[in-house]
Amino acid sequence: MISKMKTGQVLKIGLELHCQLTNLQTKLFCDCLSNYRNSSPNENTCPICLGLPGTLPLLNKKAVEFASMICMAFNCNIPEKISFYRKNYFYPDLPKNYQITQYNSYELSSIGYEGAIEFVGESKSKTDTSADDQERSKVRIARVQLEEDPGKITYEEDKSAVNNYSLIDYNRAGVSLVEIVTEPDFSSPLAVRTFLKEIVNLFEYLGVTDPSLEGSVRCDVNVSLGGGKKVEIKNISSFKEVEKSIYYEITRQKTLIMHDIDVKSETRHWDEKRKVTVAARSKEEEEEYRYFPEPDIPRIILGSKFVSRVRATLPELPIERLKRYTDVYKISDHTAKILINDKRISDFFEESLRYYKSPIEISNWIVNELLTKINEKDRQGISDHNVRGLDFLSVLPSQVAEVAKLVEEKSLNRNIARDIFDKSIESGTSPLKIIENLEIEKISDEASIIKIIQDILNSQPQLIEQSKNNPNVINYVLGLIMKETRGRVNPQIAMKLIKESLEAN
Amino acid sequence: MRSLYELPAFVVSRKIQDQEISAEEYISIIIERIKEVDSKVNSFTSLNFEGALTMSRAIDKKIKEGINTGLLTGIPVGIKDNISVQGLKNTCASRMLSEYVSPYDATVVSKIKEQGGIIIGKLNMDEFGMGTTSEYSSFGPVRNPWDLEYVAGGSSGGSAASVASLQIPLSLGSDTGGSIRCPSSFCSVIGIKPTYGSVSRSGLISYSNSLEQIGPIARTIYDLVPILNVISGEDPKDNTTVHKKYDYQLNTIDNLLTKKYKVGVLNEFIDDSEIEVARTSQKKVKQLEDYGCELEDTRIPLADYALASYYVIATAEASSNLSRYDNLRYGYEGSPEGYEWNSYFSESRSKFGDEVKLRILLGSYVLSAGYFGKYYAKAQTIRSMIKREFDILFNKYDILLLPTMPVLPFKLGEKISQPIEQYNLDVYTILANLAGLTAISIPAGLSEKGFPIGVQLIANAFDEQKLIDAAVILERAEGFEKWIPRI
Repeated sequence: MISKMKTGQVLKIGLELHCQLTNLQTKLFCDCLSNYRNSSPNENTCPICLGLPGTLPLLNKKAVEFASMICMAFNCNIPEKISFYRKNYFYPDLPKNYQITQYNSYELSSIGYEGAIEFVGESKSKTDTSADDQERSKVRIARVQLEEDPGKITYEEDKSAVNNYSLIDYNRAGVSLVEIVTEPDFSSPLAVRTFLKEIVNLFEYLGVTDPSLEGSVRCDVNVSLGGGKKVEIKNISSFKEVEKSIYYEITRQKTLIMHDIDVKSETRHWDEKRKVTVAARSKEEEEEYRYFPEPDIPRIILGSKFVSRVRATLPELPIERLKRYTDVYKISDHTAKILINDKRISDFFEESLRYYKSPIEISNWIVNELLTKINEKDRQGISDHNVRGLDFLSVLPSQVAEVAKLVEEKSLNRNIARDIFDKSIESGTSPLKIIENLEIEKISDEASIIKIIQDILNSQPQLIEQSKNNPNVINYVLGLIMKETRGRVNPQIAMKLIKESLEAN
Repeated sequence: MRSLYELPAFVVSRKIQDQEISAEEYISIIIERIKEVDSKVNSFTSLNFEGALTMSRAIDKKIKEGINTGLLTGIPVGIKDNISVQGLKNTCASRMLSEYVSPYDATVVSKIKEQGGIIIGKLNMDEFGMGTTSEYSSFGPVRNPWDLEYVAGGSSGGSAASVASLQIPLSLGSDTGGSIRCPSSFCSVIGIKPTYGSVSRSGLISYSNSLEQIGPIARTIYDLVPILNVISGEDPKDNTTVHKKYDYQLNTIDNLLTKKYKVGVLNEFIDDSEIEVARTSQKKVKQLEDYGCELEDTRIPLADYALASYYVIATAEASSNLSRYDNLRYGYEGSPEGYEWNSYFSESRSKFGDEVKLRILLGSYVLSAGYFGKYYAKAQTIRSMIKREFDILFNKYDILLLPTMPVLPFKLGEKISQPIEQYNLDVYTILANLAGLTAISIPAGLSEKGFPIGVQLIANAFDEQKLIDAAVILERAEGFEKWIPRI
């Protein structure tokens, strides 16, 4: 843990997130599909996204809406008007050799600025004592901007020096991308991880992107130590690698500082195979982007009307859901957080409530039973191919609702209920059906229970004597009954009858 | 009897629709004329004779079937080689695009086709529209039909020269800083730069997006208006076009006499021009007065800064617009195979001509980090100040009058190595581009030695109708017909 290293050097981490608006029908400036992932190379292109001479960018208004939804979720200011800029640089994945983006140096151009977002933080587990990282943290957002994704280059070899050829696929070129730049407000790699997890979840809530698609959410990192120069890390392929790259970069910078070597302000690439960062371009090449306003897209007046219209369509956000779950449903903070931290789980919960409106009981079934099971299977799953993948696709919200209802309304014993739930999710049969088939009902006629008690006392007569000094005997007998009946008796009734039987003997 | 190629387009189109002659006959005559004349003028970069004949037959068939064939029925239109025509080469007179064939039609081209117009070929120009003489072309210079040793003006030199030399009645040019009006003036044809946002630029290969517009060139205002009506209009393919009703009229003289337009005469510009240009401009002032216009002297105080502002903005935008040309995806013959891409970029980009390279360098410089405020931002400030000056002037005047060019056409090669002197020639035309206004160059007469002189009228944005009305007056006052070069 970095926070425990006690180096005295303040660690500052900032992020630059890129989120593809995969849920849009079409690209940012043309009618080609946003979903380029199923096309053969260069199939999902047109004169506009190929940058053919004479073509003009035609702004996708829906993309502006989606981007402003992201801004709202990050509590950013949305300006009255926005504009686009050209970022000029030569690279073969850019069909026009410039990227249409937004740029705030000369005017307020970007769709969002100066926001802040609290991230909920992971639920506190009993074993974790480093509470600092777990508290609600606030991250300031410098700006949110809308821009176009470049194409994709495939290299023959990993090392560019030995490449004989590289291939360019422009299917991705022109896909809407939202860039979110944070202030350097993270103080540990763990905080970054927690934040990223929640942000991805947030994107899902907003319905603007499908984070499960490879490359739909990407992240660059900048790291500075002890108020020193900022180092940017690019080329990080996954969120797991984000954390690793930060750890590496901290160690690298510390080593430099230890040897009195200055940390240079530079861009480094994350080498995933070797797990190191490697110096990329030099500063001079990097900074000369010759930004200027895109003349083909007139300034876009958003205005308060637009903002309030989009705000009205904004779905419920995780933080709002959390509040509803704890305040209205009275679900514990711990459970509520687990639910909302994954939109699929939260949606599953909401759906279950439609079958049986008992939030606490249902949330417990989901968090304590279903999720535990899924986690267990996940752990085995990798090595054991016979285990059927268990996920939300194979369990229906109605199954959870029925079990919860059986327990609460028909006072079904929890242990049995668990058995039934297991069977239900393994087989896909509804819990009610399973109960009907097994014909299990609670043994609640007293005569049958008294008979079982008598049988036990007959086989272990010493219990009668012991019960006079030891109150635990009652529980022991109850346990035996439960074992005998596989939990089908009502424990309250059984307890009463055991007492009566012991006293009567 | 005059040959068909000498007649105005609207006259011939009427004959075709009345089945007096067929479109095919007319196109065949035009093809013969081009074959005869253009070897001298060098106004075409590529020809579409087969396509044009096929199209003319289709039109004849429609006419026989009684189907409406549109405002430009049977009329051959030449297209500047920076405007995309599907299936034709689109070279911008550059080696960089020597093999590029456009896979789509510019919006203006599809509109012309829809109205029965026939694309006859692509027209010569300064490379990527950068020039004032049409000498910077990979196809060689366009020659002035009035004297083949003289420049035709630029950058739409081919568009003006082909019309002036009676090869075709109509053409399209593009005007970034005078590129339609300058050659129109030098060749004695009528050419209009429409208001920014009134004609779609979709398919026009950008030189400087915020300044340029496509516009038509013709021999008479009566031919210019129909094609202007055809190409004007909001276009979903160009976000900078403006939604409006564009329906320009050719009013009768009686009607115009009642309009009594207020015309501001930019005297300083007239005085700064060559003496014959000045004298001819004054004659036009007189003629407008004769037809009931009220004339008054006026000036644009900030005009001195316009040229600097213009060249900063134009080159800045150009440096970015032209970065896409790297021959990775399209361009000239040759493939990137075997190259590392940085060296391929430098290799391919050496194909630009010197003037284009010069402007890319200039533009890259003014946009570079630390200079943006000093050059680009300042240029934009001047631009909006000039706009405001025009706003004030147009509160008072309907039309402003000034020469199109300060000089008469000059000899080929005379100014080719003096870029600054050439840039200075644009000083009267760039104003309308900077302010997004509409401006027209109208034939005004000939010099003693027989070189054309044009007069320029500028009107407020979307006030094309006023320019058209004034052109009708000036055409009536003197008639353009006598100013046809013998070639």
